[in-house]
Amino acid sequence: MLNNYVPILIFMAVALIMGVAMVVIGRVLGPHRPDTEKNSPYECGFEAFEDSRMKFDVRYYLVAILFIIFDLEIAFLFPWAVALSEVGMLGFVAMMLFLGILVVGFIYEWKKGALEWE
Amino acid sequence: MTAAMPNFLPVAPEIFVFSMACVILLVDLFLSDARRGVTYLLTQLTLIGAAVLTVKGMSAAAVMTFNGMFVGDALANVLKLAIYGVTFFGFAYSRDYLRERGMYRGEYFVLGLFGVVGMMVMASASHFLTLYLGLELLSLCVYAMVALQRDSGQSTEAAMKYFVLGAMASGLLLYGMSMLYGMTGSLEISAVRKAIEGLSADNVILVFGLVFVVVGIAFKLGAVPFHMWVPDVYHGAPTAVTVYLGTAPKLAAFALVMRLLVGGLEGLAVSWQSMLIILAILSMAAGNVIAIAQDNIKRMLAYSSISHMGFFLLGIVSVSQNGYSSALFYVVVYAVMSLGAFGMVILLSRAGFEAERLDDFKGLNQRSPWHAFLMLLVMISMAGVPPTFGFYAKLLVIQSVINAGMIWLAIVAVLLAVIGAFYYLRVIKLMYFDDADDKAPLGGPADVRVLMGINALALVLLIPWVGVLMEVCRAAIRALAVA
Amino acid sequence: MIFGLDAKTIYLLIPLSCLAGALLAGLLGWKIGRRASHVVTILGVAVAFGLSAFVVLPDVLAGKTFNGPVYTWAVSGGIPLEVGFLIDPLSALMMVVVTFVSLMVHVYTIGYMHDDPGYQRFFSYIALFTFAMLMLVMSNNFLQLFFGWEAVGVVSYLLIGFWYTRPTAIYANLKAFLVNRVGDFGFLLGIAAVYMYFGTLDYGAVFGIAPQLAAKVVQVLPGVDWNLITLISILLFIGAMGKSAQVPLHVWLPDSMEGPTPISALIHAATMVTAGVFMVARMSPIYELSTTALSVVLVIGAITAFFMGLVGIVQNDIKRVVAYSTLSQLGYMMVALGASAYSVGIFHLMTHAFFKALLFLAAGSVIIGMHHEQDMRNMGGLRRRMPMTWLTAWIGALALIGFPMFAGFFSKDMIIEAVHHSKTPGATFAYLAVLLGVFVTAFYTFRMIFMTFHGKPRMDKETFDHVHESPWVVTLPLVLLAIPSFAIGFLTIEPLLFGNYFGTSIHVSTQHPVMLELAHDFAKGGESSVNRIGVFVAHGFQSLPFLFAMIGLGLAWLLYLRYPEVPGKIQARAKGLYALLLNKYYADEFNEAVFGRGARGLGNLFWRIGDVRLIDGLLVNGSARLVGWASSIVRQIQSGYVYHYAFAMILGLFLLITFFLHG
Repeated sequence: MLNNYVPILIFMAVALIMGVAMVVIGRVLGPHRPDTEKNSPYECGFEAFEDSRMKFDVRYYLVAILFIIFDLEIAFLFPWAVALSEVGMLGFVAMMLFLGILVVGFIYEWKKGALEWE
Repeated sequence: MTAAMPNFLPVAPEIFVFSMACVILLVDLFLSDARRGVTYLLTQLTLIGAAVLTVKGMSAAAVMTFNGMFVGDALANVLKLAIYGVTFFGFAYSRDYLRERGMYRGEYFVLGLFGVVGMMVMASASHFLTLYLGLELLSLCVYAMVALQRDSGQSTEAAMKYFVLGAMASGLLLYGMSMLYGMTGSLEISAVRKAIEGLSADNVILVFGLVFVVVGIAFKLGAVPFHMWVPDVYHGAPTAVTVYLGTAPKLAAFALVMRLLVGGLEGLAVSWQSMLIILAILSMAAGNVIAIAQDNIKRMLAYSSISHMGFFLLGIVSVSQNGYSSALFYVVVYAVMSLGAFGMVILLSRAGFEAERLDDFKGLNQRSPWHAFLMLLVMISMAGVPPTFGFYAKLLVIQSVINAGMIWLAIVAVLLAVIGAFYYLRVIKLMYFDDADDKAPLGGPADVRVLMGINALALVLLIPWVGVLMEVCRAAIRALAVA
Repeated sequence: MIFGLDAKTIYLLIPLSCLAGALLAGLLGWKIGRRASHVVTILGVAVAFGLSAFVVLPDVLAGKTFNGPVYTWAVSGGIPLEVGFLIDPLSALMMVVVTFVSLMVHVYTIGYMHDDPGYQRFFSYIALFTFAMLMLVMSNNFLQLFFGWEAVGVVSYLLIGFWYTRPTAIYANLKAFLVNRVGDFGFLLGIAAVYMYFGTLDYGAVFGIAPQLAAKVVQVLPGVDWNLITLISILLFIGAMGKSAQVPLHVWLPDSMEGPTPISALIHAATMVTAGVFMVARMSPIYELSTTALSVVLVIGAITAFFMGLVGIVQNDIKRVVAYSTLSQLGYMMVALGASAYSVGIFHLMTHAFFKALLFLAAGSVIIGMHHEQDMRNMGGLRRRMPMTWLTAWIGALALIGFPMFAGFFSKDMIIEAVHHSKTPGATFAYLAVLLGVFVTAFYTFRMIFMTFHGKPRMDKETFDHVHESPWVVTLPLVLLAIPSFAIGFLTIEPLLFGNYFGTSIHVSTQHPVMLELAHDFAKGGESSVNRIGVFVAHGFQSLPFLFAMIGLGLAWLLYLRYPEVPGKIQARAKGLYALLLNKYYADEFNEAVFGRGARGLGNLFWRIGDVRLIDGLLVNGSARLVGWASSIVRQIQSGYVYHYAFAMILGLFLLITFFLHG
């Protein structure tokens, strides 16, 4: 029964060997001349040394969260649309209710001004 | 495959409260601050309407709907009515407090109502998923409510802690449920119950799942050692939110215990009984002992709630009809007492002044003998001094423990209750024997004063009907057994 | 039926009217004033007396008895605890006696307490007492009996200490209270034993079951077998000993004379102290099953009757003489009960109630006349100054010594005859004691009469001139009590003792046929009632008791009128005996030294070690300190860091898992 897992074992072994080999080969063959710049951590687009608790614009989160909500809603709509003929009237009404509740939320965020950037 | 239309009748109160919450959310958007009273009024009317619907929808037999995910039975109805009641009082107490602090907005009430829906769903759940859904709906609302005072560091910190720990507890609970599902192959509570009958009670995976479920429940109850959030959240949250979160959710937590442990997992009672005994003793001990060292009344009441939850668990650990009904009685009485205590804290607070320190209760008798008397009633009831409901509640759970043959546990409980009596009596001492630092007369609108009076006096004046109330609790529990 | 009221309502009305009077006078007395206070209480008691004497008594005579609950107070373990009434000849008789004497005392009090600042309080107390006593005698169950028992005790306590600024009064009421506690302890144990073995507290049920348990043996101490009925009887009798002041629990009664005189008359002579006698008579179905218990009753009664009489001889306080005579007479009643002549005991209780109340009130009248002087050595010759008091006192005295035709004659002679016939162990001793007791009684009674009313005045002339007869509210009760003191004996002896008045309310076993023999002797007197009584009286003149009484009376005359210097000489000669009697056999000193000091020592010990060290030091303060300390430590766990909290939760989870999966 465990035979089925042998390829996975091989995969893991190969991955391990590859990873270790790359690091070791680089270490052995590569030139080794460190300086301060090279030793400092590297982050793309940011200053290397500053407070990691950076300020983001809160509006960014707001939009992101709202995006996720409606994105997920779409994710629900696809299977529903496909199976609409199967679930019948009950399914239709249920989804309408679901959308209705979302609309309430939408009205709320709109009225509260969450959608206005400025 | 066309699904049949489910029976909506048992769900009518939930649908009503939910729709009303949506309506209030929309209505509130278009109200000016001056006319916020409309939101409050609509909220209270919603609760009354829900109560009417619940009473009208009561039936002797349990009604299942949504493919066995939802049940309308006596236990659910009793719990729901109690939830409406304490929430109604809580909202009334909070109104002025919120207005004075600039929190008198629709969100408090709407979140509160959604939380009520969550609790109602929990009370009526007959499926692990429904139960979890209700729990999450409640929790998310409460997290948000704790953080309602956005510019208060204390509040946001409390909300953050609550959210992180709550999420963890929810995860543990869900994990436990998944274990149980794995073993029993069902999420429907009655089916789980049947499946467990066919398994051995010391099945490792079942017990493993059970531990997680118990931990999840213990967190919601605030039982030691899963209680750490309680004092911080009670303290950090605005008192108006504390009064909400310290009362009705306890009733919902009772539903959680009954539905999960008794309804579904009674076959594992041998295991969860000993777990709950440990939790109960730890809660009573830690709650009562630590409460003594508190000088903030909200924190003190938080620890008191922990110890009360320990007491309430005593009713459950006796694993008997009588025990469960005494636990139900206890938790309802506790909700009413806690309501009174936090209500009094709110009443004493004014714009720009939180009556949170114990010292703020000094000489209350000189400022307002009537309110001091009401607080006295609440405190002696919490301490369990006769002739109050608090006494009967304690008596009943201890009786049920004795009937279950655990006399040592009863003795421990009584001793710890005696220790607990100390800090309640200290409040009384402060009110009656110390001089007031603060001579300001007590305010509060007329309706709140009346409600407060009803709240506290009920703890004593309804005593002649204690038998009737106990009978209601018995009937509720009996319904569960039949279903 | 009267005024359209049914029997139950009337029964309820009797005690409640007294209670209403007591409450009105007690709670509103300050508002409604003195006059209204005595009006409401007297009205209440008068209603009670009227209903008892003119409604209940005729009903009972017509055979209409009642036994049933009127109110269920609680149900404990399936056994109802009720307020209920048992109205039968025994209780009806007691009700009439109690309410009559109480009414007389109420009226008398108007005069006696005239100048007292606690006037309303006093009326409230005595009405309350009447209520409690009625509840006691009307009860149909042990619980209510105990309630009445304790309630009369409490009122008695309050009344002995009525003048609460006097240290002696406070001492006396404390003493009465403590001594009664000893008795009540036994009483309560007895009731508890009844509850335990009979499973009910209802008289009827208990009496019904009792014969089946007659042979039951219990082991209270391991290895010692006790007959259950004997045990219960003796425990109950210990209660009776406390309340009816039988040796050795008699010490409180003489001191209780610190209370106002009306109280001495009502409570400490006529009614409350007879509660023990009533109780034993009421429990006759139980006592009859145990000859041992009867024997104990008999012997204790006989000791009390004789030895307490002796102490009366050396007393100089007029009230104390009467008090010791009460002790002695209570002993007589107990002797009758012990000889299974319950009806005779109750008969003597009734006659005694009248003439003893009379004597007390007469003594009170003298005390009023003498401006609260109670020492007989400072009296003398008051006959001319207070003719009414003198006359009624004589009637009382003759009744007390059992002079033929007077009430006391019939009851006392019957007791002596009953003991004579009795076969209960100890009867011979008791016979001797009661016989000699007659002599003693006559001696101290007439010593008192002679010293008070006859001879030369031993006070200064001015005082003597100020002595005058008491007002009518005082003399009227004297007259009203003097009539039954004379007449009640021959009027009621036949129905009460031989006419089956008591019916089933008193049960006498066939093993103790004393009453039958008495009836047999009595019936020899002739066909008609007058004949029989005439023969009985005539026989009384030739009997031994009469001789003894006359010797006593003569001796008193010789010593206190003819040769008043002799008693001093005798006193000087028989110093030891005199001191023994004067100090009441040193009973107080003994109690003080042994029980008093012992209890105080024990209490001190418990207080120092138990209370101060263990309870205060270790338990109360120690535990409080411990809890406070623990609290301050444990609160540190609440660090405020969310990762600490999460850690605690995870730790708890792991502990639970390991415990339940590997434990």
